[in-house]
Amino acid sequence: MTKTGDPVDTAIDLRDLRFAWGGRRPFSLAVERFELRRGEAVFLQGESGGGKTTLLSLICGINRPAAGHVRVDGTDLGALRGGARDRFRAERIGVIFQMFNLLPYASPLDNILLPLHFAPERRARCGAPREAALHLTDTLGLPRELIEHGTAADLSVGQQQRVAVARALIGQPPLIVADEPTSALDAGAQAAFVDLLFDQVRAAGASLLMVSHDDRLSGHFDRAVRLEEIATVTRSEAA
Amino acid sequence: MILLRLALRSLISRRVTVGLTVLAIALSTALFLGVEKVRTGARASFADTISDTDLILGARTGGVQLLLYSVFRIGNATNNVTWESFEDLASRPEVDWAVPISLGDSHRGFRVMGTTTDYFDRYKYRGGRALSFAEGGRPADLFDAAVGADVARELGYRLGQEIVVAHGLASFTDHDDKPFRVSGILEKTGTPVDRTVIVSLEAIEAIHADWQGGGRSGTPISAAQVRELDLSPRAITAAMIGTSSPLQVFKLQRAINEYPEEPLMAVIPGVALQELWEIVGVAETALLGVSAMVVATALLGMTAMIFSGLNERRREMAIFRAVGARPRTILGMLTLEAALMATAGAALGVILLYTGLWIARPHVDAAFGLYLPIAPLTGRETAGLIAVVIGGTLVGTIPAIRAYRISLADGMTVRS
Repeated sequence: MTKTGDPVDTAIDLRDLRFAWGGRRPFSLAVERFELRRGEAVFLQGESGGGKTTLLSLICGINRPAAGHVRVDGTDLGALRGGARDRFRAERIGVIFQMFNLLPYASPLDNILLPLHFAPERRARCGAPREAALHLTDTLGLPRELIEHGTAADLSVGQQQRVAVARALIGQPPLIVADEPTSALDAGAQAAFVDLLFDQVRAAGASLLMVSHDDRLSGHFDRAVRLEEIATVTRSEAA
Repeated sequence: MILLRLALRSLISRRVTVGLTVLAIALSTALFLGVEKVRTGARASFADTISDTDLILGARTGGVQLLLYSVFRIGNATNNVTWESFEDLASRPEVDWAVPISLGDSHRGFRVMGTTTDYFDRYKYRGGRALSFAEGGRPADLFDAAVGADVARELGYRLGQEIVVAHGLASFTDHDDKPFRVSGILEKTGTPVDRTVIVSLEAIEAIHADWQGGGRSGTPISAAQVRELDLSPRAITAAMIGTSSPLQVFKLQRAINEYPEEPLMAVIPGVALQELWEIVGVAETALLGVSAMVVATALLGMTAMIFSGLNERRREMAIFRAVGARPRTILGMLTLEAALMATAGAALGVILLYTGLWIARPHVDAAFGLYLPIAPLTGRETAGLIAVVIGGTLVGTIPAIRAYRISLADGMTVRS
């Protein structure tokens, strides 16, 4: 299923990746090769607890692999130190979680603007961050009053997911990573959400990697990949 | 700015627990500063009570005790000074002026003091201020009394009003056959004078003319008859003395202390006060220590509160990490949170302190004759306040370091 290409044309390029968790429930993950081309939207399907989130942590530079390379938007994350990886993530990657995506006490607007605090280049790309955020939320059909003066806790689950999309997209990061973003939505809302996400990602010219255990949405994507096709996961119970 | 705003919003969202924690810090800070304020206030008030008096003469006792009963009307004299000894010493060349005082009777909870009219000229307080009358003037007739500002205010006295002096300090026997007339009401001084009824030494003799050995004698002497008697004082409680030159103070003090006719002593008010501070210093330090421990307990309570909330806030930390925050930012934010709570607690503590002082001042003044000044924070108090904030920030780093470790381990997910 994977296609090879020029590293410059890839948004994500994983090679010979090895990663292991120690502790009471040791777990290891190995990926020989995985690529996601610029502008591509890929659906990665895997069972719950199958290592999807660990793989995303490696792609986002939160965890470092024991061996192999993680290249995102042409940059080898292994070559970056901890602080630089965090900065890289802030500048280049927009992340959408499954639930409780937002800081409940903050206004939706502050939630959207938060990544820009850690990403000066992304902030500069916005021009006027506040206007850019409101433009995004207008496009996503969210009422301004709620966005500016409410708190994230006042929003419905669907509204929260749309605010999370706006936060991931603000400042046009080249890669959007979504971890089970539809799991809290009902079937009808799921399809609508994916359409909305697609529209926004395409409009921003970004690449999209979405992971989910539910493959009903895979048809919307350029490509669907099952985790077991690209990764080997080993679990062993500690003695 | 957004991080500060989010930290504030986060605190507001937990307003009940945060509010209680801040209140605990505020109360402990107010207590700590209050102890310091009362301590310095008491010292200032005591030091302000007497000035321009070089020596206090009294029967041989402790220096502190003599100062306390003669100037502050706290406690009682164990013995008197005979009038002859007083006159003998007052006529010494080193003595510029001497004002005798006689204590022992009371009026509705206020001390009655017999003295001469020189008292109104010689008694100085707060760096040399003299007594002055708000209404009326000095006692002129035998049964005239000048009352302090608090006496007049609390008992609602007006000029010309009749008052009856009670025998002793806590007795049910009144000198009701010889009532006094209020001849003057003194201006407020913030000293024990405010709570004193001042009469002449002769009046003290007059009301006791028909008393013997602590009880009335069989033959009463009327107020009219007593005017005909020789009312020269036979004994006094103490005397305030001014020397002709500061160089004479020690010489005169030695002469009094070695006075062969009677066991007497003289104290320099400043020295006796210093002695008093040395005695109460231990208690003051203990009190400050206890109040500092209360502040420490409140700050530890804050740390415990932050700790207990960490697990619930792992999702929040994961969100910060996902949008690019470094673990160090998490550490900084939790430390900032502690610093904000400690600062809010300290600021509220100052407000509580001044509100408390403002409310307590008249009561403390009435109960102890201690006039607490409502002054800005001193350097020492400000340093204490800064220590609370710094201490709070420092103990706040303990849960912050824990959060840092959690966020390193969790990354973007919450690992159980």
